[in-house]
Amino acid sequence: MTKYRVNKTKYIDQTKTVSFNFDGKSYHGFEGDTLASALLSNGVHLVGRSFKYHRPRGIMSCGSEEPNAICQIHEDTDLTEPNVRATEIELYEGLKASSQNCWPSVNFDIGGINNFISQFIPAGFYYKTFMWPKSFWKKIYEPLIRMSAGLGKSPTKPDPELYDHKHVHCDVLIIGGGISGIIASKIAAKNNLKTILIEDKNILGGSTIYQKNENYKINNNYSSEWLDQEIAELKKLDNLTIKTRTSLAAYHSYNYLLAKENISDHLPLDKRNVGIRQRLWKIRADKVIVAAGAIERPLVFNNNDRPGIMLSNSVKKYLDFYGVSCGFNNVIFTNNDSAYETAVSLKEKGISVEMIDIRKKSNSKIVKNAEQLGVKINWNSTVVNTFGLRKINSVEIMNLSEDGSNVVGDKNKINCDCLAISGGWTPMVHMHTQSGGKLDFREIDQTFIPNEIDKNHINIGSCNGDFEIEEIINNTNKKVKNFLKVSETEFDNISVLNSKELDKRNIWLLPNFISEGKCKSFIDFQNDSTANDIKLALREGFKSIEHVKRYTTTGMATDQGKLSNMHALGIIADTAGVKIGTLGTTTFRPPFTPLTFGSIVGRSVGNFFDITRKTSIHEWHIQNRAKFENVGQWKRPWYYPINDEGLHNAVQRESKAARDSAGILDASTLGKIDIQGTDASEFLNRVYTNAWSKLGIGKCRYGLMLNEDGMVYDDGVTTRLGENHYLMTTTTGGAANVLSKLEDYLQTEWPELDVYLTSVTDHYSTASICGPNSKKILKKIFPDKDFSDDAFPHMSYQNDKIDEINCRIMRISFTGELSYEINIESKYGKSLWEKCIEAGKEFKITPYGTETMHLLRAEKGFIIVGQDTDGTMTPIDLQMDWIVSKKKYDFIGKRSLYRSDTIREDRKQLVGLLTDDPNEILEEGAQIVSDMSKKPIEMIGHVTSSYFSPNLNKSIALAVVKSGKKMYGQKLIVPMENKNINVTVSDSVFSR
Amino acid sequence: MFLINCPYCGERDQSEFSCGGEAHIIRPKQPTELSDDQWAEYLFMRKNIKGVQFERWNHAHGCRKWFNMVRDTSNDKIHAVYKMGEKPPVE
Ligand SMILES: [Zn+2]
Repeated sequence: MTKYRVNKTKYIDQTKTVSFNFDGKSYHGFEGDTLASALLSNGVHLVGRSFKYHRPRGIMSCGSEEPNAICQIHEDTDLTEPNVRATEIELYEGLKASSQNCWPSVNFDIGGINNFISQFIPAGFYYKTFMWPKSFWKKIYEPLIRMSAGLGKSPTKPDPELYDHKHVHCDVLIIGGGISGIIASKIAAKNNLKTILIEDKNILGGSTIYQKNENYKINNNYSSEWLDQEIAELKKLDNLTIKTRTSLAAYHSYNYLLAKENISDHLPLDKRNVGIRQRLWKIRADKVIVAAGAIERPLVFNNNDRPGIMLSNSVKKYLDFYGVSCGFNNVIFTNNDSAYETAVSLKEKGISVEMIDIRKKSNSKIVKNAEQLGVKINWNSTVVNTFGLRKINSVEIMNLSEDGSNVVGDKNKINCDCLAISGGWTPMVHMHTQSGGKLDFREIDQTFIPNEIDKNHINIGSCNGDFEIEEIINNTNKKVKNFLKVSETEFDNISVLNSKELDKRNIWLLPNFISEGKCKSFIDFQNDSTANDIKLALREGFKSIEHVKRYTTTGMATDQGKLSNMHALGIIADTAGVKIGTLGTTTFRPPFTPLTFGSIVGRSVGNFFDITRKTSIHEWHIQNRAKFENVGQWKRPWYYPINDEGLHNAVQRESKAARDSAGILDASTLGKIDIQGTDASEFLNRVYTNAWSKLGIGKCRYGLMLNEDGMVYDDGVTTRLGENHYLMTTTTGGAANVLSKLEDYLQTEWPELDVYLTSVTDHYSTASICGPNSKKILKKIFPDKDFSDDAFPHMSYQNDKIDEINCRIMRISFTGELSYEINIESKYGKSLWEKCIEAGKEFKITPYGTETMHLLRAEKGFIIVGQDTDGTMTPIDLQMDWIVSKKKYDFIGKRSLYRSDTIREDRKQLVGLLTDDPNEILEEGAQIVSDMSKKPIEMIGHVTSSYFSPNLNKSIALAVVKSGKKMYGQKLIVPMENKNINVTVSDSVFSR
Repeated sequence: MFLINCPYCGERDQSEFSCGGEAHIIRPKQPTELSDDQWAEYLFMRKNIKGVQFERWNHAHGCRKWFNMVRDTSNDKIHAVYKMGEKPPVE
């Protein structure tokens, strides 16, 4: 046992030693410790350097509000994690942690030089200094800022841990397992409500669980003993789920909450193979009871940031809960009674303590108690300075003037090794405000407390501004009864003894004899902003709290200003001479404490990141070594290389085969929508630009679909299967959007139409066979069918059977080549495909992928929606005037085709581009210019599709060019990084 | 995260729905007779107010039905949901 472990408590198992490593040095703690309590038990206070000035900083608190003790754990391993608070890390064997933001070491820190030049880095320094010259930004400023801005290191490898999400519903969710949360849980669960209690610590009870003070008794027992019994009873209740190590991350509207459960973070690394590391709970609660507690405020005075300066209640918890004394020579600096509980605890264990109180006097029971124990109290005093390089060794105090605005009298030096500070309490209203709740300002103790108008949640305990145990119990009982509509509870007649605070005094920025500019009075410890920074921002004209916050970075660190926001507001209010209540607060945003990325994404990683859609022919493609391309969620064969063939050679071979003999394409991914109903023809008339009423049964037609703004949205071939029955195909990527757009029109604009839409994309597989020999191959598969042009013309379909299985044969073409598509129920897709391959063998049928398909259609000037169009192209821009019906009265987008903007002649229009050097292939996306001499050079268009055509033996490209229609034959330039490529504008149809 | 009462399915999580913007904008029956300005008014102009707003919602990952919602954008309170074609409730 180290000399700082002065007290035996039931929360620390002193028979179980745990060894750990901090900053390369080995230490021992006990089971039950946090990293922070274990370090303190070894006398280690200095745990990091501050962000901006690199000042030495020590452990300040014992919870999630910790601004200084921010660690990197398991550095240089896959499991490394930055920005973890030492106060929240449960100690385990083999834990390896290191200070963040200090190089080369906490004790010798090069960035500490900033501390000496700190007068030159005031608020807004980065904004002011790194503005100009602009050329300095990339090479000088950015690397400089990046080097000095260090909030930990990211892991370099994928996270090996598993994370989980869980959805739950409950009648009542209680956030916080302190005394008020326990009372509420008991009332809820005992009244047949399905209740969940979450608590971020590993044990229930909050700060009451270690309170053993004569002044705070419940039913004549110490409050801790009473609460112990309550917890024991609580654990027996059936309809209550208690989740410890679970912290609330976010409170969204309609009582939807996210909570993060730590499952294995407290276990030694070799015992973590239990499965899941963290689980994110997604809770929808009928009623929410927030019992989140309160955070102790620091005090703002000169040099208030040395290691050894800690929050008073944390000093008490380290002593009474962990058995660790943070110092042997303690000074407590306070403006309220709660710090006297710390004093009494210390004194009762024989540890030296002296009080400095800014109040003039107090006669409350707890203060009297401390006095009786012989604690010296310096009334009406303030700390004006602190000393000690790596740990505090003394403080200088002075008396306050009558109004508290100044110091008077002589300086008095007190030696100490720990300075506990308490500036009162701030209710944790984060949850309340996240849910949309508003706040009221309470003058008497300068706190924001919840203003409850929402009927679905309440705040109880100290987060509701009830700080004394008597009011906590009574108000909690009353509010919960009312909220849950319970008439009586076991807490109705309870006897509570408690010391009442009688005197209050608050000074946001404590006065000093040293001039303001020379004081370092920190407000935000993590982001290193001082009272001066706030005042400077106000002098420079910032008024809104949100602006001051961003300019000074106060409250912008990973702790979201849990300790700093109130002081920032107070100092602004004092300086500007207004009331805090009129300033409003900054917005508290989720998450309350940082979440790991793992817990956010849960199982949606790797193969589960997104759905992968495969056609029924996929296995064949793999066996035939296809390279795949992602089209939406679909995996489509991109090309089928033979031996070590690259993309270019494979595509040249595939497209030549398709034009010379036969090629086969898996077209199953195209969207398919089954359209039925007596108004199906009329419906198509309204959604496509061309006319549909006269399409015969058994015939196919290409259609172009616009948005209401006249821009091309989708295209595809639709087949009339029957009088009132059509099969529409859409682009692969657009299928879902087209269906929902059509549904939208049907349900909201044209409910009178008798039309039903069903997505059948996955129902059918499609083999598309093209090339001059395709007819012969089809004849082999369907020997009885007449494939003559008269019997089976272009743009028609026929039903047939393969081995007794129904299929549809469509004679349609996307390549300009003779081609047939066979649709069959998906489960037969692969056997259909294999049959086609077998039948095509003698014609050297060649499977081809999307790249060859794109090349073949480009030779014919067919567009691909989404490649040659980008949501700004009308059919007229695409030179597809032929498909826009002049006769139809209306269709989606028709009116927009003659808006003043869409009839402009200098719109970008689709044209062909031929390179002067036929072997030069343009880059897709390359810009096009006509005049290189006039600066800035005007870019008049860009290349949308580009290929080398083996069938035409030259490079071809599609492009959109301003006024392109009028530029046929004109020379343009495609400037590239190293050269300018000369091109000639041509018709977009390269081969008829 | 809202809890939305689909008029066809009942209460479901917001993640099942998608919002389709302002409600009660009727597609003109005779677009060809409208001036550019009138057509643009229908096509582009949408309100985005702080307060009570009428919105179109689609139960996209559910029954796929479109319906209307009255929502206060300042506090996300949903005052009413009603089927397409039904009259909006009067305040
Ligand atoms: Zn529904």
